[in-house]
Amino acid sequence: MSSINRHAKHITATVVGNKRIGQYHQILLSVGDIVQSTHPGNFVAISVGGENSAMILRRAFAISRISHRSDKGDGTMELIVAPHGSGSRWLCAQPEGASLDVIAPLGTAFGIPTAPAQALLVGGGYGSAPLFGLAEVLKSRGCRVDMILGASTASKIYAPIEGKRSVNSLKIYTEDGSAGISGKVTDPIPGLIQEGVVDVIYSCGPMAMLAAISRIANAAEVVHQCAVEESMACGIGVCMTCVLPVENSEGETKMLRSCIEGPVMDGANVQWELVGKVAK
Amino acid sequence: MSELDFSTTLGPAWFPTPVFTASGCASSGKELSQFFPLNAIGAVVTKSIMLKARPGRPTPRMAETPSGMLNSIGLQGPGIDAFLANDIPWLLEQNARVIVSIAGENVEEYSVLARRLRSVGGISAIEVNISCPNVENRGLVFACDPNASRAVVDGVRRTLGGDIPIIVKLSPDVTDITEIARGVVDAGADALSLINTVLGMVINVDTMRPHLAGKTGGLSGPAIRPIAVRNIYQVHQSLPKTPILGMGGVRSGRDALELILAGASGISVGTATFSNPVTIINVQKELRELLAAKGFASLRDAVGFAHRNE
Repeated sequence: MSSINRHAKHITATVVGNKRIGQYHQILLSVGDIVQSTHPGNFVAISVGGENSAMILRRAFAISRISHRSDKGDGTMELIVAPHGSGSRWLCAQPEGASLDVIAPLGTAFGIPTAPAQALLVGGGYGSAPLFGLAEVLKSRGCRVDMILGASTASKIYAPIEGKRSVNSLKIYTEDGSAGISGKVTDPIPGLIQEGVVDVIYSCGPMAMLAAISRIANAAEVVHQCAVEESMACGIGVCMTCVLPVENSEGETKMLRSCIEGPVMDGANVQWELVGKVAK
Repeated sequence: MSELDFSTTLGPAWFPTPVFTASGCASSGKELSQFFPLNAIGAVVTKSIMLKARPGRPTPRMAETPSGMLNSIGLQGPGIDAFLANDIPWLLEQNARVIVSIAGENVEEYSVLARRLRSVGGISAIEVNISCPNVENRGLVFACDPNASRAVVDGVRRTLGGDIPIIVKLSPDVTDITEIARGVVDAGADALSLINTVLGMVINVDTMRPHLAGKTGGLSGPAIRPIAVRNIYQVHQSLPKTPILGMGGVRSGRDALELILAGASGISVGTATFSNPVTIINVQKELRELLAAKGFASLRDAVGFAHRNE
């Protein structure tokens, strides 16, 4: 047996909650004991459209949070889904009680500091979703957690009230000024680093945002773990469509699969300027 | 009920079951081994390997289409040295039967690859992929040219001698597939893989440009199954003694049976693995049950059965 996909299970999950929050749907799945091997950063791959659907590929979603009732051996997984394509719209239309074909947990997880540290969590749009689960874990390990979230406009910010309890501070940035501070979520990062309140940055959101944070983090030599998003067909490492140019320890750039060698990657190694360009 | 003989042969190579992975849809097996034991299927057909490591195409490499998908990977891979050092020993440790798919940039490279594989023990067959549509130069799609196809297979055959069976993978994007098929069989192919992906294109109506970085891509999935059935049917009719490894949109035992009735002796499951990693196991089980239910005593009896009384 190989170590790739070693925790992944192919299961039938039941929708136990589906609530609209702003422009997104918060979908809660009953998934059994796979939550025990699920960590912040992992994702799920879900079949959409039903048995005779013309949509043949699974859709990948970041897991925002998990909960586990040890007495019943039953775990739940929360996903934040933006209904922007036919597959995600189908998922958002699933009622409580519906069964879903799910493969999880997949991909790499965020690394957790071994000693208490000051963590800055940066989310763009619904990319903030997995950061709330991460924040809970960081807090439980004695870390200080500051979160900054950004989007073009207020309705695209995902910041649930209960999630705010797991952070020490939360600031919102919108480009149109409709909520929080007017500007980009990357604006305050250099200042925070200079104040000495950032030991590690965790980020999730659009690729342009991840690239911008990487530039800031590289210049300041701050560790930056980012969860990337690249369209994928399989989610399990066999289709080779979700690759990103990443530099390895020998200084060579390789096209790595964001499904099994990600989604969480070291931002300093991703060759952002080569994404979508002819590979070396 | 008497036991159904589910075994198959592709030329001199024997397999206990007729269901295989498809090249390029199973990498080198490691990723799928979490979901099923690799020795439970006919063989793992590995992703086409080239002489040198190759980064492949930039992204986007994929577009979902109605009942299918386009891919434009561009034969990303580690190169033959790393493949022989890492992937083959691992696969053989799993007791998997292995068909190694090779792709060259020119006629000579195929022979060089064959020479590297000749001395490797435990390989069931070599699939000569002369039809990958995702190479920079469409002129490299040897399978569109009868002379180039023959030259490649002739070189590989001479290099291998008679030791390892050769399966040649053909493209459906030709005017007369039987002409290409006849040429490579004359040059020494033991069996044929039918079909590779069908060349297609998607234009993104937001950016109003081709969606894939490579512009064109290979169409796969249930959308191309009728094309696979037609190609297999025509080639089996023309060359009834040449075994065919059939592929193209198979995701159930029923689909597999359709290709077998058209003339396939084995089935590769490709794109369906992306949507469900255990599809291949399901197809195998369903096909076995379906053959028995239809009253066949062996898989062999069903091969080309749609041609009876022609």
